[in-house]
Amino acid sequence: MEMRSSLGRVRGLGSAKEGVGHWWAQRFTAIALVPLSIWFVFAAISLIGVDYATFRAWLAIFGNALAMTVLVGTLFYHAYLGMQVVIEDYVHHEPARVIALLASRFIIFVLAVSCILAIALVAMGR
Amino acid sequence: MVEFNLPPNSRIKEGKTYPAPAGAKRVRRFKIYRYDPESGENPRVDTYDIDLDACGPMVLDALIKIKNEVDQTLTFRRSCREGVCGSCAFNIDGTNTLACIKAIEDIKGDVKIYPLPHLPVVKDLVPDLSVPYAQYRLIQPWLQAETPPPAGERLQSPEERERLDGLWECILCFCCQTSCPSYWWNGDRYLGPAILLQAYRWIADTRDEATGDRLDQLNDPYRVFRCHTIMNCTSTCPKHLNPGKAIAEIKGLLAKRTF
Repeated sequence: MEMRSSLGRVRGLGSAKEGVGHWWAQRFTAIALVPLSIWFVFAAISLIGVDYATFRAWLAIFGNALAMTVLVGTLFYHAYLGMQVVIEDYVHHEPARVIALLASRFIIFVLAVSCILAIALVAMGR
Repeated sequence: MVEFNLPPNSRIKEGKTYPAPAGAKRVRRFKIYRYDPESGENPRVDTYDIDLDACGPMVLDALIKIKNEVDQTLTFRRSCREGVCGSCAFNIDGTNTLACIKAIEDIKGDVKIYPLPHLPVVKDLVPDLSVPYAQYRLIQPWLQAETPPPAGERLQSPEERERLDGLWECILCFCCQTSCPSYWWNGDRYLGPAILLQAYRWIADTRDEATGDRLDQLNDPYRVFRCHTIMNCTSTCPKHLNPGKAIAEIKGLLAKRTF
């Protein structure tokens, strides 16, 4: 039974004094993804039907490899920020929420690193 | 996790029916939520057939008629009957609004009246507002200034005063607060639209000198940033205010001071 006052409960552990960084990063990555995604769609269409050597040569161009890396980094960072919001909204069981937040951060980090590593290896001729 | 199903003791059952008096010509059916936590019984919906020829035009008129003439056990809050006190806020016809300024003729079909959503029910249409009131206290809704007061009032230019328009009119009826899904899921940590509109009312006040402290208190993943711009708050507000915009202003100021 909880005898604590409503004000004590509502004040809780106090303000985290952070949160605006997450909000701002989510909006900034969303805006950055608009041109990056349009570029990726056009690039993918232009590469339909080409053989592996042609694709490799395309990815070995510095600008293309850079844009791909930035796209993947922005995409997975944005995905993590979004996952975090969904988990904070709906998972109320405290240990489950912390585990879900850490697990989603780790999984998305591994996925982002694998994509960037793949881009580097293919661009460098593997 | 979020509860999508009501617990068994919250399922609503069919209640009693009170027919209209014989000879009534313009009869409307009112279906009203009834619950008494101390009885141990499930909530029920009672049906009251009301003769509109013997009743005032607003939903509150019908509720008062029912309490006076049909069923004295019906419990609800009301005071000013003209939309300035915020007491008679209910979920009427599926939308949170004030019974005193909602015309019966604007509602199609049966008039369904429930308490404000997702708050503990004290009895019938009376919700427990102690958490929203504590959240209101948290944002310190009073003028804070270190500069000693001048001989008269603390002055504002007409332009500075205009910034409070659309904020001071809030009557704390909590229609917006309880219409917000984010407040339903995280009402213990998210402050909710009514409280954030009030918080911005003091942030926007040029006489107040505690703006930075106020923003510090709000900058929190739960206190402000559970707002996902769903905008139920703005569409339900019976005073036609815009809590969604007030929250956006707070987010904008929090971002602005990091640049």
